[in-house]
Amino acid sequence: MDFNKIKSILSTKTVGIAGCGGLGSNCAVALARVSIGKLIICDFDSIEPGNLNRQYFFYNQLGMMKATALKENIQNINPRVDVEAHIIKLDPEHIIKIFAGCDVIVEAFDRADMKKMILETVLGKMPDKPIVSGMGIAGWGNSNEIRMTQSGNLYICGDGHSEATEDNPPLAPRVGMAANMQANTVLEIILGKN
Amino acid sequence: MNITLNNNKEVIDADHLTVTELLKIKNFTFKLLIIKINGKVVSQPDYAHTSISEGDDVIVLHLISGG
Repeated sequence: MDFNKIKSILSTKTVGIAGCGGLGSNCAVALARVSIGKLIICDFDSIEPGNLNRQYFFYNQLGMMKATALKENIQNINPRVDVEAHIIKLDPEHIIKIFAGCDVIVEAFDRADMKKMILETVLGKMPDKPIVSGMGIAGWGNSNEIRMTQSGNLYICGDGHSEATEDNPPLAPRVGMAANMQANTVLEIILGKN
Repeated sequence: MNITLNNNKEVIDADHLTVTELLKIKNFTFKLLIIKINGKVVSQPDYAHTSISEGDDVIVLHLISGG
């Protein structure tokens, strides 16, 4: 399949991204570069200096809302992508409403309790919707442990065990690997296996 | 009984089994989990009274912070 054909398929698709941190911002940028049609991005937070070690934002965007700044960055990369940015702390009701028209949902939250909330909501209330989750991305090295595992409509990218803590922080290289693996999984869901 | 747990065949030494009992037997002490039985998600309040039967396909997923 040549890139024009790939673009013509992807440009008709919508991907929802829950969280615009390390996973969400990098995954969104990868999808924007390959000309996904529409991205629905959601985050309630603003950019702090500590985010710049892994999140796709710039020094001069400190203090901006992440969803607003990510929309700006995506449009600077590929203005043809339609970006719907929501400044919101997602709950089950809004997940169902905001992501109803998406072809795929990307779970890109930081906190484990939020991951549980969205996975239970999507798997329980939107069982036909594929969801690609990031799980276990902290630290460095162990590149080959980052993998994708599928169980029905649930796809998990990460090593499945490396929890982010004070002494094992999430860092650009490994978070970027998992985020790009999420984007790659979205392509596989939409385009089929290569 | 024979079940599939996280894509591996397992023999559990019990005739009747709830989700709560399975978590105890397998020592899944992690606080935040997603449980799926035959593709259907089971929410936490239902763990104690949801039964697992012979041949069921069970997924127990640990939820890990970081993103």
